[in-house]
Amino acid sequence: MSRFKSRSDFILVGLLRVCAVISALLVSSIIFFLWSETRPVLQTVPLQSFFKNGFWSPSEGQYSLAPMIAASLLTTLIAIGIAGPIGVFAAIFSHLFARGLIRNIYRICIGVLAGIPSVVFGFWGLIQLVPLVNRWHPPGASLLTGSLVLAIMIVPTVALLTEASFASVPRSTLHGAYALGMSRLGLFRSAIFPYCRSGVVTAVLLAAGRAIGETMAMVMVCGNIVQFPDSLFDPVRTLPANIALEMAYATGLHRSALFWSGLLLILIVTGLIVVSQIIPRKLSHENHTIEAKPPL
Amino acid sequence: MRETHSPKIQEHMMISISRLILLVAISTSTAVIAREASKNKLVITGSSTIAPLALELGKRYEKQHPGVRVDIQTGGSTRGITDARQGFSDIGMVSRSLYPEEKDLVSYTIASDGIAMIVHKTNPITSLSREQIISIYSGKIRVWQELGGKAGAITVVNKAEGRSTLELFLHYLKLKNTDIKAQIIIGDNEQGIKTIMGNPQAIGYVSIGTAEYHESQGTPIKLIPLNGLIASVDNVKKGAYPLSRSLNFVTKGQAENLAKDFIAFARSEANADLIKEQYFVPIQVKE
Repeated sequence: MSRFKSRSDFILVGLLRVCAVISALLVSSIIFFLWSETRPVLQTVPLQSFFKNGFWSPSEGQYSLAPMIAASLLTTLIAIGIAGPIGVFAAIFSHLFARGLIRNIYRICIGVLAGIPSVVFGFWGLIQLVPLVNRWHPPGASLLTGSLVLAIMIVPTVALLTEASFASVPRSTLHGAYALGMSRLGLFRSAIFPYCRSGVVTAVLLAAGRAIGETMAMVMVCGNIVQFPDSLFDPVRTLPANIALEMAYATGLHRSALFWSGLLLILIVTGLIVVSQIIPRKLSHENHTIEAKPPL
Repeated sequence: MRETHSPKIQEHMMISISRLILLVAISTSTAVIAREASKNKLVITGSSTIAPLALELGKRYEKQHPGVRVDIQTGGSTRGITDARQGFSDIGMVSRSLYPEEKDLVSYTIASDGIAMIVHKTNPITSLSREQIISIYSGKIRVWQELGGKAGAITVVNKAEGRSTLELFLHYLKLKNTDIKAQIIIGDNEQGIKTIMGNPQAIGYVSIGTAEYHESQGTPIKLIPLNGLIASVDNVKKGAYPLSRSLNFVTKGQAENLAKDFIAFARSEANADLIKEQYFVPIQVKE
């Protein structure tokens, strides 16, 4: 006797499995491809020289990725620092305080912001933001400018994912809170937020994953100098920007080193996703002990 | 447990499956047709400096030769060389003369182009010498007042490694890329123009054709004379401007068939107007 209620179920499950296998195969074949392109440089250049402080000058056999890894992490961290709070507050506003027409218009705005192609952000940053920062402190294209553009790009990611987690609060919890006569802020503080903490963390981590891989916009506004920045106004080059700038022209070990930096990026993003899977589980254990407190 | 699916669902499944088969069949046959048509397709890859010109030439060529498709892809002169050598393209676009180790390819000059030093329109500097440019790009001169300009730090804009503009620039200055102390590194000419127009203290270099075009469109940039020679398409044409280069089509072995015809088309006097439209300098071919 079949495990499935009907043959159509059987076919459906079959199709779904095929789709699942295809997407898993795609990811593993991309990683395998990166790995096979990376091997030449890993066989020639000792692993630690990628991470030691040094120069990136492939034509002279110098392959230090450290300044670019630092630049990628720094731009992402600063962007998260700016966009995290803004995104979460935007979600709170849209979920609790905006009503009717305002709420609809607001949501469309966030949706549009999420849909703007990154090259448009980059272009805008290059024409508007870089000259502005330049007037403040030359050369304008810098760690700060890159982080700001990145922050604007990930605000909608944080806002949309956070609001989705707000919406998952069970009605019974909300009804309980209403029955206690809570204000909207109290409702948020004692009923929604404790329930959604893990959702907010996940939203921020996924946004970080998007930020660290951002390419075109960063090429345009970061200045692309390979160095450890001394200040917010120093130009930097991120890992993806390096790939975009040099891949078309690279050959041999240089090309292989670019694939290696691509593989590194995937590893970093994988790390972020794994953490974003683990943290919610840890946090949700605490959720059971949290009870809605009446407002004082 | 009995199978309980309704005949209607089954019918739906059959329809979607047969649609899927049809789709696969259609796409396979299109692939076959595409392969047949490849005899009438010309793939040209390489330098982003030549690409806009090749695109215009391709459009006119397609119009005059119905059934032929000209496919242009950019990726830099290095890609132009590699693709032509490996047979991925019929013609490679290379915006410099071939190096001795590249003489396995045959090159056909279609036009020439120069590199212009550019600054913001408000910059009072009127001319720079080769030595001054070397000092600026190697970080020995860091402020404009040392050159007689307004007070302020110089923002040095350089091109990313691998660009033929960078190679020509370094070759002219006899510098290595690691000698250059830049504040901003850019990819293509357009990004260079946008960077300079947004930064009154910046200095950079782009193709003369691109720079002249933008200046004529009112973009706030200024072409700086080099060693007293005005950076203009006219001076490149006369061979008087030192920082210039030839734009070439390259093929693996002598060009044949469609590629040969297209190269002749690109070099013909009848199509020189397209070259001038891109602010390049046409080559008079003696044949």
